[in-house]
Formats: sequence, structure tokens, C-alpha cells
Amino acid sequence: MVNNDTIIALATPSGAGAIAVLRVSGKDAITISAKLFKSIHGKKLTQQKTHTIHLGHIVDGKKELDEVLVSVFKNPQSYTGEDVVEISCHGSPYIQQEILQLFLRNGCRMADAGEFTLRAFLNGKLDLSQAEAVADLISSDNEASHKIAMQQMRGGFSSEIAKLREELLNFASLIELELDFAEEDVEFADRTQFKALVDRISFVLKRLIDSFAVGNVIKNGIPVAIVGEPNVGKSTLLNALLNEERAIVSDIAGTTRDTIEDEISIGGIGFRFIDTAGIRETKDEVESIGIKKTFEKIEQSQVTVYLFDSSNSISNLEQVTLEIEKIKNKYPQKPLLIIANKIDRLDDTQLARLQNEIEGVHLLSAKTGFGVESLTHSLLELINQGALRNNETIVTNTRHYDALLKALEEIKKVSEGIDEGLSGDLMAIDIRQALYHLGEITGQVTNDELLGNIFANFCIGK
Amino acid sequence: MSLFRDTYDVIVVGAGHAGSEAAAASANMGAKTLLVTMNLQNIAQMSCNPAMGGIAKGQIVREIDALGGYSGIVSDRTAIQFKMLNKSKGPAMWSPRVQSDRMRFAEEWRNMLEQTPNLDFYQEMVSGLLIEGDKVVGVKTSLGLEIKSKTVVLTNGTFLNGLIHIGDKNFGGGRAGERAATGITEQLVDLGFDSGRMKTGTPPRVDGRSLDYSKMIEQPGDDNPEKFSYLNITKPLTEQRSCFMTYTSPEVHDLLRDGFDRSPMFNGRIKSTGPRYCPSIEDKINRFADKDRHQLFVEPEGWNTVEVYVNGFSTSLPEDVQFKALSSVAGFENVKFFRPGYAIEYDYFPPTQLKHTLETKLVNGLYFAGQINGTTGYEEAGSQGLMAGINAALKVQEKDAFTLSRSEAYIGVLIDDLITKGTEEPYRMFTSRAEYRTLLRQDNADFRLTPKSFKIGLAKESRMKRMEEKKEQSDAFVSFFRETSVKPEEANPVLEAKKSSLMKQSDKMFKLFSRPKITIDDMRQFNAVEDYIQTHNLDNEVIEQAEIQVKYSGYIEKEKNNADKLNRLEGIKIPPNFDYSKLKSMSMEAREKLNKIQPVTISQASRISGVSPSDISVLLVYMGR
Repeated sequence: MVNNDTIIALATPSGAGAIAVLRVSGKDAITISAKLFKSIHGKKLTQQKTHTIHLGHIVDGKKELDEVLVSVFKNPQSYTGEDVVEISCHGSPYIQQEILQLFLRNGCRMADAGEFTLRAFLNGKLDLSQAEAVADLISSDNEASHKIAMQQMRGGFSSEIAKLREELLNFASLIELELDFAEEDVEFADRTQFKALVDRISFVLKRLIDSFAVGNVIKNGIPVAIVGEPNVGKSTLLNALLNEERAIVSDIAGTTRDTIEDEISIGGIGFRFIDTAGIRETKDEVESIGIKKTFEKIEQSQVTVYLFDSSNSISNLEQVTLEIEKIKNKYPQKPLLIIANKIDRLDDTQLARLQNEIEGVHLLSAKTGFGVESLTHSLLELINQGALRNNETIVTNTRHYDALLKALEEIKKVSEGIDEGLSGDLMAIDIRQALYHLGEITGQVTNDELLGNIFANFCIGK
Repeated sequence: MSLFRDTYDVIVVGAGHAGSEAAAASANMGAKTLLVTMNLQNIAQMSCNPAMGGIAKGQIVREIDALGGYSGIVSDRTAIQFKMLNKSKGPAMWSPRVQSDRMRFAEEWRNMLEQTPNLDFYQEMVSGLLIEGDKVVGVKTSLGLEIKSKTVVLTNGTFLNGLIHIGDKNFGGGRAGERAATGITEQLVDLGFDSGRMKTGTPPRVDGRSLDYSKMIEQPGDDNPEKFSYLNITKPLTEQRSCFMTYTSPEVHDLLRDGFDRSPMFNGRIKSTGPRYCPSIEDKINRFADKDRHQLFVEPEGWNTVEVYVNGFSTSLPEDVQFKALSSVAGFENVKFFRPGYAIEYDYFPPTQLKHTLETKLVNGLYFAGQINGTTGYEEAGSQGLMAGINAALKVQEKDAFTLSRSEAYIGVLIDDLITKGTEEPYRMFTSRAEYRTLLRQDNADFRLTPKSFKIGLAKESRMKRMEEKKEQSDAFVSFFRETSVKPEEANPVLEAKKSSLMKQSDKMFKLFSRPKITIDDMRQFNAVEDYIQTHNLDNEVIEQAEIQVKYSGYIEKEKNNADKLNRLEGIKIPPNFDYSKLKSMSMEAREKLNKIQPVTISQASRISGVSPSDISVLLVYMGR
């Protein structure tokens, strides 16, 4: 077994779920896991027998990330035929990502598409038809998730990468030309232009890495704009949601106090709640600016929550209807949840009127907890309806993130090579690798490797 | 009554570069071999340029030598100039090339073949094969003689139905002044082989005494010439002849253009494909109309002859047009022709009809090598001949086949490309065709291939010993760099001179040596290094080997890792004679191609053009059933 470096990927579907399983396979699977796992009984993972399960915590230095169950499978008695560790953690994408990132930092490599199955196949654990059956089982999923991944690459990043890759390919050809036809009167690859291209590529890669690492992967929440006047009970609502799920909250670094953002995990999906000032018409100049800002936030969000104080507004429901119409007109495609808070202060007649006059209103008492559960259902329903597509993208993104990191690493070497006046044949090694990694994102395959060819339609982690 | 006393193990048809290597290899492997050629005076003729090696090709010559072929030795002994091309680039690009004495080259080849045991010669045209069932059992000559053998290697070069074009004239011929061979193509097509036509060309040869070299740029050989063969039976040149360079001009181009209406290339007479990478002069000025000059290399044909070769002026334009145009080139004002350039069309057999051993899939015991497979170049031909000769002998001896992988040798890349992808134009080797160029260097062909060849009984023990000695010495020298430290006070003056950052504390020499700007000459300024070289009496080859292994260790490791990945996947075999036509879910094109090519491994199947990843998935599913 030559290629026995240690790989990791999520083995369960990404997103919602009570638990998630991360699979680590390779010669260092147990030693790396042992370093990051603290058994509650103080057991050393490296000294455990095969097919045993252990309770403990995944620790990042002193920080405990999650309480997990770790299963140890020693080669050859494992799915891949290598040493395998499976980590059952809580199903929040945030935790999954944190653990994944931790393992990546500690010497694991993100598994290529279908790599676990490929290894199982190469180690004689599966025959070809079995391996192919696995591919069939999951291939339909893959195409959809690939498409989604492409859409997720905001602002046409993927086409940008494809374009950069093509330019890099052209330069690579020029370099090959000057290598194989050095004796002849051919045009050589202009190193200044090449350097500019390489700089441009690494700039884009860095930007993408930042956007994935911070924006999409780590933060990884569905932005929800909460529209409502002060004192309608926004923070009570957030606390109620929190209590309901005992979910993990992460403070987002760099958030300025003028917009409050809170991330709450509901049913395994991260939601990022963005506070806004509301849209009540006013003559006050300062407040007009606030309205403009609110609409900006709605624009950026995937879901809008319109929250109002039913006890205050019951006498002026026209105003509420007016504002709802305004949002609906401006963003007809955007899911909108209308929530009447503080219904504990209303009497039955008022409640009936409220439900009659405002179509689809959610009744809520953040204080008593009434309606919180139905609200979380409604939010999750939006996911299942496909109105939000944050679901499959998490792992795909991490795969892309991994490819981007590797591409950047190779591009850096190319850049250094240009600076040092490195010979084209040596630079070509790094360029070929960079092309390969960029190709992993755009779906273009440059080399003839079986791995790329056969197992590309495999879903990650299977 | 037959003229021949024995049934041969191997009959080699044709004695060009492929045929000569094939005959030498099979005879040296102990197979009773007969070399049949139309003209025994023309063994291993250089029918085009008088040079061996070059970028990627020089690496192949080194590989042939490492395996125990003759091309390297013959080239060394008949060289008139040596150059290591691309020396300013990384070691994977260093490419040895010699200019050769054309007549002495052929003479030396004949000499070496005559001294080879188990090898007989016969002069006559082979007009057909003797076939029994699906097996070849010998050849038939134009006189009607039948010569029996267990295997046959066909290396017909450009001779099969060769048709020479000069302007609007054309006539049958295999080479200037030699007739074409007929009969074989027709018989093979009847047997079910596909055949095609290819085209190549050659420039005029002129009288060196009629040229004015003062108007050209001299191109001398290297100051410290090296050589091809890893054996010490050949020596580097001590004296060399120069080549010269000159340029065409717009005037020359106009004169050439005047003859385009009589060019067989442009009036449709030549239909077959020529090499894009070695275009005729008319092709160059036609395709690159904006270029107002092209390089011409004036190459001497030998030590003593006055004949010179005008490299870069390959043409099939009418001889009067050639003469007028060339007379306008600087230095050629008074040129006298020895003979005009010409184009030649010939039959080839798409090489996808072959196995990795170069045996045909259709006829047992029949091997093809050289231009008959659609390649161009002496080195490409010679290496195929060598592999076909080895495998024919192994087959007779009922031993395992001998093949090389893409990560082991350019020869492996060449043969895998040919039999997997086929070729639409004459195939020439480039370094970029190799995935793992950094591993396939000219300096380590002996490490890569000599042990393999020794194992099958081709490379002699003396060659193996020499390789082992070089390996031991260079490995030890590398270890010395790993283990020996150098102090800042000794290292910093050297580093300063090279504008490399200074050392603060002692460090291993290996690390210092790995720095981009530091060379072996810098390292030799340290007493410990120079002492080591002197006490161990290291020669330049060993020193250079150690230098490459230290300086490029990172790149070499990286490519090794990548190559290992491929090799594992090469291990997944497809059963022989797999019937692809029943795989209805596979694309029609893929089914046809796979049926025809019958790839041996999944990896090879995936390299076939027109076979998509999903076709491969389908194949995998059905293979298990």
C-alpha cells in the first residue's frame, strides 16, 4: 500500500442530524485521533483493541469541541482495510466543521471523492462490482450536490477559476514548448506576464479561501433578517430559540455592534439572525437611513422574519399589513415568516382578529415559550422545501476549500520558482499540480489517473 | 531445397534502426536470428539528418544503451560533435545529441552486428509472411524462397509501397535510390489489419565546398563533450566538427511560393499526414506567413566528406525551385546540389493493433517496430526494435514478456501511447508526453533499466557491475552530504559570493547544497568535500549523479509519489479478450475502441480517447459479473 496517507471526511449526510460520523482512514488514523481525543476514563486510543468504542471529548488544545464516541478499527478489519477511526459527534455543521478542520490541521488530508471506497477496492475489501454499486447508490446525489456547490460559489467564482485555469494551462503549454523546442526559434513564455498571472491567481485563491473559510464554512449559517421595531421582543425570541434546542451559539468575529448577529443551530442547521431596525415610515432623517439599512439586510438574507408586538399593534393592524405588503412586493421570492409576539397579552377575540386579518401569522409568546416549537418547524421546513440550499454544500465546500488550499500552495511554489529563475521543467511539476487542484473545483480533469476517472462521481466520504 | 540450414527463432525484416536493434537484441538473448534486408550495404542508414539524440530522443538513446542495445555505442564511436542540450534547465531536460558521420555510422552498425553471435544475414526483398492458422511461421522472399521461423519482426520503415515526390514528379521507392517493398501490406490487409498512409520529407544535400561559411554563424560542440554509452568501451570526443546556422529571407520565401502550384503538398497529390513538429519549409512559410525568416542548420555529414545536410529545409517542391530558393540564402549563393529534397509517402499500420510487447493482436509471433507503427525518428524506431527483439526472443524461450511502464522509461511512454492512443501523424517523442519527466532523466537510465535488462539476460554482467558501482559511489556521496556539517565561518564566504543568505550556525551540507544557487563547484571549495572526492577517486559521472540527487531531491520525491499512485492503479487487470460489445450501456464509440485496443489494465482503458469516465464505470460493473 503506497498511498497510505491519512484521510478524513464526513461519512453521514451533511447538515441536519442528531449525530454525524467522521471517518478517518490511513496509517496515522489512530495516532492522530489519539492526539485529539481525550477519553473520560483516561484510556489511550493507541492501546485499544480493534472494534472497540470509547467515550470522551475531541479537544483542540485546552478547548473541548464536543463529546464524542470513537470507534477503532484496525487494519485489515475495516471498511478500507486500513486503520480506521470513526468519530460520532453531534450533528451540528459547526461541530463537524470544527472537528474536520482540527484533523486537517493535524496531518489528515481531506478525502478525495470516493477515496474511501477506492481504498477499500485497492485493498481487496470490495470487488469492482461492489465498488461500483456504492457509486450507483450515491451518484444521483452527487450531481445535484455538485450543481449546488457550483451555485454556492458566489459571484461566479467557479467560472472565474475555470478562466484562470485555462490561462494557466496556456502558460503551461508555452513552458512545455520552450522545453521541448529549446533548439528552435520559438516564442518563450514571458516570465513577467506569467508572474502577473500567478499573482492574479493567488489573489483570487486567497479571496476564495477567505470567503469559504470564514464566510461559508466556519460561519456557515443561513442569514435570517429579523425586521421589527425595538422592544418587540427580538432578543427574547432568540433566547427562546436557544433554549428550545440547547444549540450552540458562536459569536462572529468582526461583528460590529450596530448590527447584531447571532448564530443559532436549529436541527443541525446554522441560522444567522441579523437584527434590523424595522421599516416604519418616518420623517426623521436618521430613521430613514435606518429603513434603507433594513432593506439592505433583507437583501442579503435568505429568509426574512417580520416580528411585531401584537399587544401594541392590535389596535393598528393596518400598519402591520402595510409593512408586510411592502416587504412582499419588494422581495416576492424570499421566504417570509410573520410572527406576532406577546400573544399572552391578548384575549381570545383579539387573537381571532389577528389571525383573520394577517394571513399566515405565527403566534408566539417568547416569554411563555408558546409557538417557539412551531416556529423552528417552519424554519426547518424552508430548508426541506429547498427554498434554502445550505444543506449539501457544507462538505462540498470543505472539499473545495481543501483543493483551493492545495492549489494555492502549488501556486506559491510556482511564484517562488519564477522569482528564483527556476527552470521550466521543475516549475512544470508545480504547475501540473496546481492545474490538477483547480480542476478538482471546476470538474476538469487533466491527468489520466484512474482515480480521477472512475471515482469522480463518488460522493464524498463513502 | 532451402538455402537455410535452420529454422530461425526470430527473423527480422528490414535493417534500419529498428531492425538492427531488434536483431542485435534477440541474438544477444540467445535466439537464433536472421536479419533480412533488401540491401546489406545500407544497414542502419541514417536516411534523414546525420544526428542521434536531442531533447527526449537523447534520453531514449541512453535508455537503449542501459538496456544493452547498440545505438549509444555506435553513436559514440561515429560522432563528430557532441552537445548536451538544455543544460541551463533542470536535469530532466538535459538531452545529449551528437552529429554523426553518416557513412561511418552505418559501417559501425554492420561491424557490431557481424560480431554478434547467433545472427545471420540475408539480402533479398521479403514479399510476404508464412502464416499457419493465427501464427506466423516464416517469410517468403521475392525470389519465392521460404524461410522458416518461430517469430517475425517487421521493421519496413518507409519502404512499404513507398512513393517519392519531388515537385510534380513521383516514383516508387523506399528511400532515394532504393526501390519500394510490395506485397506485405496487401497480405496483412487480407489478414484483417488496418493500414494507413503517412508522409515524411527530407531536405537537399549539398556540396560543402560551394558554401560561404563566413556568412553563417558557427555552432561548435560542447567544450567538455560527454557521450551516450554507460560503458567505458567508448570515449568522449577529443576533436569535433562544427555546424553552422543561417536564415531564410522574404526573398527566399517568395521564390519558394512561386513553386507552390507545382508542390505535391498543395496540389493535392500528397494526401497523407506529415509530422506537424517537423514541417517542410513550404509548410512553414505557408502556415507562419508573418515570419520573415526561418533558421537553417548546416550540418556536416562526416569527418571527411564534403557533403552537408541542410536541416530546416525539408521540401518536396520541384528541384529547380529548391535550387533557386536555396541559392538566395546567405552563404548558399554558389550552392551545388548533391541531391534535391523529397517527400515520401508510405504504408503504416495503426499501432493500436499491437500489444505492449509490440506483438500484433491478430497474428501470433508477428511483431512490428519503427515507422511501420507510425513513428518518426531513429531513436523512436531503435527503441521499438529493441523491445520487439527482446520480446520475440522471450516468446521463443517461453519466458514472461518484457514491458516498461510510463514511469520507468520514455520507451514505456512511447509504446503505451502508440498502442493505447494510436497516432494520426508521425509520432515523435517529447518530454511533455511523459507524466514523470523528472524521473526519466538521461543520467539515471542505467539505474532505471540495467537491472531489468540484466534479469532477462540481455545486459551483460560487466554493465550491471558498472551500474552498481556508480550507484554505490553516488549514494555514499549523497550520504556524506547528509551527514557532514559545515560551520558558518567556512560556508559564509562561499554563500556571500553567491548572494545566498548567510548561515548563523552549523548546518548539514545537504541543506546548503539544496539551495538554488549553490552548485557542486561551490561545494568543492569546502576541504571536506574536495578531500572526499579525491580519496574516493570519484569520476564526473558519480559527482554529477550525487549533485542531481541532492539538488533536486524534493522534486524527485514528489514525482515518485505521484508515479507510485499511478502504478498501483496499473495493477487492476482486465481479463484478456473481454467482449465489450455486450455492454449496451456503454457508448458505441467506447465499445468499438475498447474492443479494438483491448486494454490490459483499467488505467490503460481510461487513457483511450473517446472512453469517458462513465464508460469506465460501466466496464467495472460488468467485469465483476
